Amino acid sequence: MATLKVSSHVPSPSEDAEQLKSAFDGWGTNEDLIISILAHRSAEQRKLIRQAYHEASGEDLLKTLDKELTSDFERAILLWTLEPGERDALLANEATKRWTSSNQVLMEVACTRTSTQLLHARQAYHARYKKSIEEDVAHHTTGDFRKLLVSLVSSYRYEGDEVNMTLAKQEAKLIHEKIKDKNYSDEDVIRILSTRSKAQINATFNRYQDEHGEEILKTLEEGDEDDKFLGLLRSTIQCLTRPELYFVDVLRSAINKTGTDEGALTRIVTTRAEIDLKVIGEEYQRRNSIPLEKAITKDTRGDYEKMLVALLGEDDA
Amino acid sequence: MAHTLDLESIVEAISGKNVGMGVDEKALISTLGNSHKDHRKLFRKASKSFFEEDEERAFEKCHDQFVKHLKLEFSRFNNAVVMWSMHPWERDARVVKKALKKGDECYSLIVEVACTRSSEDLLGARKAYHSLFDQSMEEDIASNIHGARRKLLVGLVSAYRYEGNKVKDDSAKSDAKILAEAVASPGEKAIENDEVVRILSTRSKLHLQHLYKHYNQIKGSDLLGGVSESSILNDALLCLLKPSVYFSKILNASLNKDADKGTKKWLTRVFVTRADHSDELKEIAEEYNQRYGETLAQNIQEKTRGNYRDFLLTLLSKSN
Repeated sequence: MATLKVSSHVPSPSEDAEQLKSAFDGWGTNEDLIISILAHRSAEQRKLIRQAYHEASGEDLLKTLDKELTSDFERAILLWTLEPGERDALLANEATKRWTSSNQVLMEVACTRTSTQLLHARQAYHARYKKSIEEDVAHHTTGDFRKLLVSLVSSYRYEGDEVNMTLAKQEAKLIHEKIKDKNYSDEDVIRILSTRSKAQINATFNRYQDEHGEEILKTLEEGDEDDKFLGLLRSTIQCLTRPELYFVDVLRSAINKTGTDEGALTRIVTTRAEIDLKVIGEEYQRRNSIPLEKAITKDTRGDYEKMLVALLGEDDA
Repeated sequence: MAHTLDLESIVEAISGKNVGMGVDEKALISTLGNSHKDHRKLFRKASKSFFEEDEERAFEKCHDQFVKHLKLEFSRFNNAVVMWSMHPWERDARVVKKALKKGDECYSLIVEVACTRSSEDLLGARKAYHSLFDQSMEEDIASNIHGARRKLLVGLVSAYRYEGNKVKDDSAKSDAKILAEAVASPGEKAIENDEVVRILSTRSKLHLQHLYKHYNQIKGSDLLGGVSESSILNDALLCLLKPSVYFSKILNASLNKDADKGTKKWLTRVFVTRADHSDELKEIAEEYNQRYGETLAQNIQEKTRGNYRDFLLTLLSKSN
């Protein structure tokens, strides 16, 4: 469930644009005003505000924000103001440019979006970067990582609930055999994870658990901790079956600064606020005994903190 | 000149409702053959007993019964009519499904659909596949094809190529070098090469055109001259770079007097699937002319008969 709070009575896009313009006028910037508007508008509304702002001032709202704001807060506002497809395209492009074997952002975008959302990202990528996302991913990644990641970003999964139980049984068995032999990058494993529908994949891993008495993720935990590909594989399965758990793990590392995933906090809050941040928050609390909002306010400051709290739906606006 | 029929008469004619009253087949051919694709869309929307709206994916899907019914009645002509009235996305999805079922020798059909359609049309075919077969095109291909060809075929159908006019020539040049080395490998080794798969299934067609130019310079020979032992690789290259040459070759094979039944059907497929794209059929006909010294129209006139022939010729003249 989303955490975004939009009041039932919302000013017109041009009124919002006017207000935003006033937030930039004069010395300094009125960040509170920016947050009070942008953090409480849906993606469609933000799109209209951007258009209205451009008509009124002749400049792209994002350019102005870029000029006026700094670092974490700016990043949060930038990601938030972009349309979801464009946002994902931006995240993917950044991920390819600074790709390392620990980078899981490409997989995250490919596996936690719906087929339609991923498609929009691919279209936005064409428009913004004048090439296809799969070209860039293929060009910047290597070996087993490339095989898995190109397949994942190219997928256009069937989204129905139909499940073939015989197939689930077969493929659960297949996966079990490959994993036993530590054949993590086997073609069939990649094929199953990157082409099957999410419903089918869930059925397959439920079957796996029935047969072997253990969740696949637990089995994979017993592998080599330093094996980055194995880590990516586990995250892939998690994203396809229980994305909220994946996000909780990433958030925890980000907040405790134990990971190398810079910007994860901003990325996850802005990309999930309109999707399932509520569920993620609930799961976070369950696993860490502290509400997500509290963990965030302990770790962040100033306008950046206010923005994140607003997106969590926890401010008073 | 045959008069044109209204939508209702067409629907009745095709449904066989007017049994005994005869179908004015000339009028049917003329109307359908000359119809603009938007007109056919209206036809599909109006024929609720034969087509069902898939609102989510924005196309009108053929009822199975309708497909079966027509196939029983009309043979080659009607196969053409059925294909022609279908939404292009459904057509392509069904072509791929059929190719998968038939096996090995038909995999070039998958290459054809994946490589000669625009990015939007290939995507549309994948949407239609979801709707028709409750699975994704790539999963069906991936689970039914094994061995060397799987990687390339899955890659090709998953592509959503950039279609703008920006290209990095030096990138194309280095890809050309990679391809130049790999392509000479024996058997199907070339398509097992991950770099070859990457280049063919992710690069834009414009990029590949630049690559083509560089390859020919580097090697001093034509990349499209059947350089590889892998027929599927040669087909993919031809489809991506010179589709009208590919199609004219296919047409030639299907018009050959020794062609078997399966090959003869290619004639229908090429005509029906390319006729919607204004200049394509014209280009194909010109290429055919250049290559084989006879006009396509003439060959069709000689080698086919009856309503089928008239339908094909109508489609051909529509493009002129």
